[in-house]
Order: sequence, then structure tokens, then C-alpha cells
Amino acid sequence: MRRTLRALAVLMPLTMVAAACGGDDDGAAPGGAGGEISIVGFAVPEAANKAIAEEFVQTPEGEGVTFRTSYGASGDQSRAVVSGLEADYVHFSVTSDVTRLVDEGLVAEDWDDGPNKGVVSSSIVVFAVRSGNPKGIETWDDLIQPGVEIVTPNPASSGAARWNALAAWGQVVASGGTEEEANDYLDAFFANVVALPGSGRDATTAFLSGTGDVLMAYENEAILAHQNGEEFDYIVPDTTVLIENPGAVLVDADPVADDWLAFVLSEAGQRQFALKGFRPIIDGVEFGEVDGANDPADPFPVVANLLTVAEDFESWEALSAKFFDESDGIVTKAIAASGKA
Amino acid sequence: MALATVDQATGDRPAPRRRTGFAGQLQAGSGLGLGIAVLWFSLLVLLPLAAVVVTASEGGWSAFWAAVTTEQTAAAIRLTVGTAAVVTAVNAVVGPAIAWVLVRDEFRGKRLLELLIDIPFALPTVVAGLVLLSLYGVDSPVAIEVANTRGAVVLAYLFVTLPFVVRTVQPVLEELDPEVEEAAASLGASRVTTFRRIVLPALIPAIAAGGALSFARGVSEYGSLVLLSGNLPFRTEVTSVRILSSIENDNLPAAAAIATVLLAISLAVIVILDVIQRRAVRRG
Amino acid sequence: MAERHHHPRPKPGPVALALRVAVIAYLFLLVAWPLFLVVQNALASGLGPISDLLADPDVRHALRLTAVAAAVSVAISTVFGVGMSVLLVRYDFPGKRILNALVDLPLSVSPVVVGLALVLVYGGRDGWLGPALEDAGVQVIFATPGIILATTFVVLPLVIREVVPVLEEVGIEQEQAATSLGASAWQTFRRITLPSIRWAVLYGVVLSLARALGEFGAVKVVSGNVLGRTRTAPLVVEEKYLNFDRDGAYATALLLVLVSVAAIVAVSLIRNDRETT
Repeated sequence: MRRTLRALAVLMPLTMVAAACGGDDDGAAPGGAGGEISIVGFAVPEAANKAIAEEFVQTPEGEGVTFRTSYGASGDQSRAVVSGLEADYVHFSVTSDVTRLVDEGLVAEDWDDGPNKGVVSSSIVVFAVRSGNPKGIETWDDLIQPGVEIVTPNPASSGAARWNALAAWGQVVASGGTEEEANDYLDAFFANVVALPGSGRDATTAFLSGTGDVLMAYENEAILAHQNGEEFDYIVPDTTVLIENPGAVLVDADPVADDWLAFVLSEAGQRQFALKGFRPIIDGVEFGEVDGANDPADPFPVVANLLTVAEDFESWEALSAKFFDESDGIVTKAIAASGKA
Repeated sequence: MALATVDQATGDRPAPRRRTGFAGQLQAGSGLGLGIAVLWFSLLVLLPLAAVVVTASEGGWSAFWAAVTTEQTAAAIRLTVGTAAVVTAVNAVVGPAIAWVLVRDEFRGKRLLELLIDIPFALPTVVAGLVLLSLYGVDSPVAIEVANTRGAVVLAYLFVTLPFVVRTVQPVLEELDPEVEEAAASLGASRVTTFRRIVLPALIPAIAAGGALSFARGVSEYGSLVLLSGNLPFRTEVTSVRILSSIENDNLPAAAAIATVLLAISLAVIVILDVIQRRAVRRG
Repeated sequence: MAERHHHPRPKPGPVALALRVAVIAYLFLLVAWPLFLVVQNALASGLGPISDLLADPDVRHALRLTAVAAAVSVAISTVFGVGMSVLLVRYDFPGKRILNALVDLPLSVSPVVVGLALVLVYGGRDGWLGPALEDAGVQVIFATPGIILATTFVVLPLVIREVVPVLEEVGIEQEQAATSLGASAWQTFRRITLPSIRWAVLYGVVLSLARALGEFGAVKVVSGNVLGRTRTAPLVVEEKYLNFDRDGAYATALLLVLVSVAAIVAVSLIRNDRETT
């Protein structure tokens, strides 16, 4: 009996390992003739980056290049790089995640001096509603009507979620309102919020599982969700914020990473982003039809009033302090007030 | 209070006896063993936890206090600790009940129940959250809708702490010999009395041990909760979310401060349960 | 061998029956049904997603990594766990009660904080011990040792808490008898103590294994999630979820659950084996 026990105890881990085995240790091949690029990025552009990589290795600069990749929540990834996660190129959701690396000396201070200002991919904030839009939600004012239930990712615990709150506040000022009125709008907005999931993806899940009438979403995630069979509609409001995702090459990166960045910013790279639902950051990119968009032939309708961080909010640092400071941020206070109501 | 003991390789069953004290002070061999155990424990657990406490104190006492007593954080801590306490109390009753059925009861399909107990552990929290949301979120098939309410927190805690008390009580129940209870019954004790005076005291240390685990685990839960609870401040926001917010704001000392408070509360509960365990053992 | 289920059982009274029904209902609602949903979702498109998973070299690597990390951390935790349990129950030494209380502490630490704590100490750039270790050639964070460390951290109390109550219950006379008959400490341990706690140890191992396989939050922080190198199976689940690959996420989760179920089945079989001997 003892023998059985011992035998089983030994066999179990062995069978587990054996079952999982069945191939070489893939992915650990050392950098090919062209070098190795370590990409650390936020989760959503993973598919796009993969597609771009496949194109890149066919170019003369990219020949023989291999990739090491790590994707996750933007803030987590940024902090991981600070803690020592090896990276040559980073692609994050918000500028503050790159600024963190600049402060640690991992990224050069002039990373955003180029013509693209450090931006690598972009999208916009949209409303996701139930198929057929039963509650007829079209405008920002519709959101604060009584009885409308909003789902939005939590700006406190997710940097990427801050775009939504920014859009909600900024659209008041952009339409001629005062800051006071914008603050009031935010209070009404958060009073209607029924869930603050931790991330954009969690918010989408909560919404698709039946919570709320409208989800504050990103256009590219909405398109990606459609491409994967999820059923809902999304509305592009007249006024919204341009989401700008920064990308940067690290200071001690493999030199081929600069070629990579240039390729990502080129038409070929931006085309792949477009096919996955991101808005190209340069004009004139030919991408044909984009599956999953409201109108695949015209997937990125022009927004009447498009707000950007640079023009409407000064800078990401400034708005972080003004809106999201842990004790005094306008949004922080609005959220806390909504809970006490 | 006599209890039969475990069978040994020899096959006899020694006479029932009281539990006795300790082997005494450490000899050289066990002193070394202790040293190794403590060293390993330090490297693995104490040092990292100390790092958290040290980080928490980086801003000084006032910053520490400020981080922990903001209204939102205080509410989150109250919710977390309160719910963990309630759930632990539930587990203290449900756990032994389940263990009893697993050990003492016989019916077809009992083996299947056995398989279920550890599932909450093995399921990555992302998936646990997903399935709990589909079953007990909006449009619940059993009309139990707890999404975005405090019930969600209770449900998630119940789910992740299920195995603890069950699995600590189970081995003890297995070692208890039903013949002692039957002897008591044949001497005229009612079933309730038998349970109260023979079985329960034997189980209390295990329940206390499992309860400590259950409380500790509940307090730290995040992954399966985050989809279900909605993270609404003052209503369904748990402490882990506050910690994450501070981390996201690069305010590491504040995050560490909140974590330290939770550690302290958990330590207090563990100590209390340890005292209970000790009293039960002494009473025999 | 204890004769346990050999006398004819009386028909269960109403209390026992009610208890049975209540327990079954509770377990059904809390575990069985959610689990069923996982299986249903995983197999919704047939066995395709699962075979795709097993064919993907990155996923295979993740499964292997998880298995190795789980096996190693459970082994470490069991060996030291049993040792610590014996120390805590059978011996007296200053600071014992503090150590006893501290053992449970790892469980109360939110996974994010676990990861944070380990990075604070073992992080390669700024950690307390990390840079020194890296100079010596040992990378902990963002490498397999870090994953094992995080997993052991969360699994640690389980074996100890299983074994301690049973050790206390069993009492010491057998061991004292053995020692007085001339057995060495090791012999006493091997032939008297260990057999008396084997079920506790076994349950502890099974629980720890399940927990190690499913650990997500802490590992996420310390592993860096590098595809093909430090991505574990639960991280695969998350990644698929983030990319809207629901089938893949559920399929991976199902694989993890199956290993854990296999472990419990093994324990069940061993117990059957014992009872019929």
C-alpha cells in the first residue's frame, strides 16, 4: 500500500510534465542574424503587432529578426519594465506609462520629439449599446438621463480607463460649457454608473453579460469584439477624445528596434493597425475594408469635434494631476461623491 | 475525553488516551531543523512582507495614516474585513457539514462531491469570475442576481474559501472512530450530546485552523471579484482595488500602507483563532 | 487497520438526510454548476479549441512551465511544511506562537501585493537581494525561480494547516514509546509520525497542487508574462480572454481543472485501495 502511495506520488508530477511536453523549448531561440527585439506592450495591440512583425521580417531591415513579446495591462507592463523586465520597444496605452520609464532613465527624454509626437496607434472613445440601441442613446446628454445605466472602466485603478472620464468632462467644455458645468456633468455621469470594472476588457465583459445600458468603450476594442463575434452596436458621438497610444524605443535597445519603430509608423505598419480597428496616425493609408466596424467601407468616420490631450488638456501630466489625483482629482472626487449618494 | 487514535503499522489500536504535551525543548538535530525552517520561511515570506511594511513607512506615520483613513479606503477595508468575517462564520458551519457528509455518509455519487471541493482553487480567478458572472450576474438562471451588489463579494469569498475548512476538518474526522460515538450512544447519550461532547471538541482546532485560512484568503481575494462586484466606491469596492489604485498612481507607500493594515487585521484574527484552537486542545 | 465502514449502516435519519441534501445543494450551486459552465463553454465549439491549444507550442510551453512550477513549489512546501508542523506541535521554543500565527499570513496577502513584495526583495534593478543575486548569476524575478517563489508563497500554509490539527489530535505517546525503545528521532518520524499524518499530508498536497496550478495574480507580477518563456497557463487564460478568444480561455482553464481533478481522483483511489486492504 505504501508502495502504491509512493509510486503515485512520484508518477503524478511526472505524468503532468510528460503530458505537457511534446516539443522543444520553443520561443527560446537566440536572436537570429538580424537581432532580437523584446516588445513589452499593452494587451490590445498584440494581434496587430504580430501582423506587423510578420511584415517586418520580410523587409531588408527586418530580415532574420526574432521577437520576444510580453503583453498585459498597460500600467502593469510599464512597472514591470521599471523593475527590470527586458525590453527594447514598448507600446503602452497612455503617455504616463512611458513617462515612468523616462523618469527611470530607460527611455530618452526626446522620445516624443518626432513628427508623430511619440504616438504609435490611436483610437477614439465611443458608446457601446445593446443591439438596435433600444434606449436611443446618441449623445452625451443622453447618458445622464435618469434611468440610463452606464458601465465604464475604473479610472482609479486603470490608467487606460482615464480616456473615458476625460471625454465625458472635455466634451462639455468643448461645446462651450464652463468648467463648473463640466464638473456637474461628471457628477451626473457617475451617478448613473452602475459598475466600475477594473479594465476596459472587464467592462466589456460586464456589459456583454447584461450589466448596464451603455458602455464607455474604445473604438478599436469594439471593432475587435465584433471581429470575434460579440453582438452589440457602437455609436461615435459628435464630440469625443482621441486616444493616443505611445510607443518608444529604450535607451539600450538593440539598434534594429529603431528600424522596427520606423516600420510601425510607416504605411505598412499602420495598415495592420487599421485592420485591427485602430485609427491610422498618418493620412493616406490604404487598408481596404475593416471587418467589424459599423461600416467596413468607412470604418473610421470623421469626428465633428475631436479633442486631443495636447490641444485641450495641456499634457498628460497636467491632466493626471487635475483630474486623477488621489485626493483632489476632479474625477476622483466625482466617483467618491457618487458612492456616498 | 477519550478519543481513539490512528491505526499504526502494527495494526493494534492502543487504548484511548488524552492528548499530552510537547516533546520538550529542542535537541541539536531539531534545532538545526528549526533554523533551516525559519531561514526558508524568512526568505520566502517574512522578508517580502517586511519589505511591504518598510515601504509603507516610507512616507512617515502621517502619510501612512492618511492613506488608510481616506473615506473610500476605510469603507473598502470595512467591507473586506466584514464580509470575510461573515463568510468565515458561514464556512465554520458549512465546512464541517460538508466534511461530515464526505466522511460519514454513504450514497451513490458521493465520490463526485469529493472532486468538487478543490475546484475553486484550481480555477484561475479570471475564469471563476466569468462563470460566477454568467450564473449569478444579470439574468441569472436561478434568479440569484448579485452582480454589482455586496452579495457579489459574499459569493466570491464563499467560492474561493470553500475548500479550507472542509479540508482541515476532513482528516480529523477520518481519524475519529465512530465506535466511540456509538459507545456513548449505547450508554444513553443523545445524538446531540454525543456530537457536542465528543465530536465537536475534536473538530474545533481544525475548524479554527480552517477558519483562519478562510478569513485570510477572503481578505485577499480580487480576481474573481472584480467582474462581479462592479467596484462601486462605498458599496462594493474591496481593499484590493484601493491598493491597485494607489499602485496605478505610483503611490507605492500608500498601497503598502493599506496592505499592511490588512496584514495586521489578518494577523489579529489568526492569533484569536489560534487562541481558540489552543483552548480546545487543552480542554481535551 | 481501523475497521470503519464494515458494520451495517443504519438508514440515515431525517437530520442526516437533510444534511446530505443541503450539502449537495450548496456544492451544486457554488461549484458544480460553475464548473459545468466552464466545461460547456470550453467544449462549445467541439474539441477544436482544445486540440488547437495543445498544438500551439507557446501554450504547451506554458502548460509545462505551470506543471513544473506547481510540482516544485508543492514539493518544497510539503517537505518544509511537514517539518514546520512537527516543530510547531511537538516542540517548544521562544517565538513559537508568533511563528505559528505568521504561517497563515501569506494567504491574507492580496496577489498583487505578493508580487509587489517579491519584486521589492528580489527585483533585479532595485530589490533588496535581487541585484546581488543577479550578479551571482541567479535571476529571480521575470524568470522561473520567481514563478516558483510566488507559487510557494501562496501555497505555503496549506500543508501546515492540514497537518497541525491532526498531529495535535494524534498525541505523542506512540512517539515517546518509540523513543524510549531506542528509536532515533528520524526513525520515529518516519515510522510513527509520518504514517499518522499521511492523510493530512495527502490532502495538503492535493490542495496545494490545485492552488499552485490556478495561481494567477502573484505570478502575473513576477513572471513578466514573456511569451514562450515565463507565461504560465493561467496567464494564457488571461491573454486569451483579453483577446476575445473565449473558447481558448475556457479550454485552457479546463485543462488546469482537469489536472487538479486527476489529483483528487488519485487520492480517492489510494484511499479505496487502503480501505479494501
